[in-house]
Amino acid sequence: MTGTFNTVIQLIYLAAASCFVLGLHLMNNPATARRGNQVSVAGMVAAIVATIVLVIHLGMITATGWAVIVAGILIGGGLGLYTARTVKMTAMPQLVSVFNAVGGGAAALVAIRDYSDLGSHVAAATSITTLLDVIIGSVTFSGSIIAAGKLQGLITSAPVTFPGARIVNLALAAVAVGVGSYSIASPGLIDLGVVIAVSLIFGVSMVMPIGGADMPVVISLLNAFTGTAVAMAGFVINNTGLIIAGALVGASGGILTKLMADAMNRSIGNIMLGGFGSGDAAAAIAGPAGAGVQSIAADDAAIQLAYASKVIIVPGYGLAAAQAQHEVAALADLLESRGVDVSYAIHPVAGRMPGHMNVLLAEANVPYPLLKEMDEINPEFARTDVALVIGANDVTNPAARRPGTAISGMPILDVDAAKSIIVIKRSMGHGYAGIDNELYTNPKTSMFFADAKKGLAELAASVKTLVG
Amino acid sequence: MLLTDFIIFVLSLWVGFEVISKVPATLHTPLMSAANSIHGIVLAGGIVIAATAHNVVGYILAFVAVAFAAMNVVGGYVVTGRMLKMFKRRAVPASQAPAIDPSSNGSSSKAGASA
Repeated sequence: MTGTFNTVIQLIYLAAASCFVLGLHLMNNPATARRGNQVSVAGMVAAIVATIVLVIHLGMITATGWAVIVAGILIGGGLGLYTARTVKMTAMPQLVSVFNAVGGGAAALVAIRDYSDLGSHVAAATSITTLLDVIIGSVTFSGSIIAAGKLQGLITSAPVTFPGARIVNLALAAVAVGVGSYSIASPGLIDLGVVIAVSLIFGVSMVMPIGGADMPVVISLLNAFTGTAVAMAGFVINNTGLIIAGALVGASGGILTKLMADAMNRSIGNIMLGGFGSGDAAAAIAGPAGAGVQSIAADDAAIQLAYASKVIIVPGYGLAAAQAQHEVAALADLLESRGVDVSYAIHPVAGRMPGHMNVLLAEANVPYPLLKEMDEINPEFARTDVALVIGANDVTNPAARRPGTAISGMPILDVDAAKSIIVIKRSMGHGYAGIDNELYTNPKTSMFFADAKKGLAELAASVKTLVG
Repeated sequence: MLLTDFIIFVLSLWVGFEVISKVPATLHTPLMSAANSIHGIVLAGGIVIAATAHNVVGYILAFVAVAFAAMNVVGGYVVTGRMLKMFKRRAVPASQAPAIDPSSNGSSSKAGASA
């Protein structure tokens, strides 16, 4: 009977895991992505219900245990529901980071609970996964909190570093692994405490030296870490569902991290060791005037846009920071109503995460077929009358085509091929690579110095009044 | 048993690589959020340790684990759903856009491939 029961539970876990895989697969296409999420939810509900049935069947749980489960689900679930419903779409990356932090924390706690019960009778193989779970889970927890803090602006987004920081990090990692290995031989609570403390500190010291502009890559990496920690937790409590789901997420986070790093032409190692600074800090330094730069007033820019037959909008981080997605959509609608062909060029790392720009524009009701990926849109710039660049910098810099610059080899949008270019930007400040953008001094380029939100609203107003 | 678990782990990694490398950049942020919700399955782990807890420390650890995991899984799925709900093929008139005539929409449904 117990054998049959276990088989049924395992089969439900298998079905849940299949739902997760199918759900991710359906996310290949925007048209089926919602169904993918629903399939994934169904799998999750099945897995959780199966676990509760399993717990009842085992008959070990106390009344206090039930109270703990119910209270935990109500409080945690309620908090998750509330924050997920109320968060602004521009603040979404940091919320994902917070959810990632608590997931990692939960995985670590599963192992900590198991470890605190360890006797010397536990097989070494189990202890290794327990230890890995504690270390990875704790690093993810503190690291993700710091990453969220940096994105939210609670912690300076500039790289925080000091001489010898890398050596300190290496030492911390060595201590965690060393003490951990020792504790496998003879488990003790003090060792556990040291491993947890050192891992938490390592999470902080790993993320602090990384600039705000690189934070999406870090969050993606930490997402992969959490997946791995959850898989380890699956080993610890011998639960197939956790192992499969955790491994799936570990792989997905790894792939995403690599895609993002590739798009910036940087290695993951380079980013993790703290590369060239943060765009947030650099942008404020330079003033709004420079040699060979032409500025343009809202009315002139509006006329160019209104009489163009093809306009490509190039949104960047500045649009996300100014939360100007609704204004850009309004301007695009206005131009479309005049018969202008409008599309959007989305660089793979535009915004704060790959695909973040798509989400922001989707929020403003921009239909996704208008959003073009880099390879698709690049040949179209030559046939474009006006390229409207909004708060995008390094991803448009022609310097990337020459060797010897900080961004050499980075794939860019061929904005300079357009017949004329209007750049909306607050100042001549640098992007996160910290170099001048040669696009801005191109004779075809006019700079419209304004905050993205206000600038776009002005443009829309001018289009209406001038050519209404 | 451990070997079986390990085999499952490695094969799942490969499935993850294969399934995810095919997702277009458009959906990377929702995908990250969806993957983030999936590791909320650690809630099952929290429930198991709550069931086997037998002292105050065990209950406290289990409570925090369950609460953390529940926040991860519920919040993760809801925020992913919110993002995906916004992906539309053709927009309804943008009600939140200021000073726009709703009838101005829909004049151009072409995908921008024409010159």
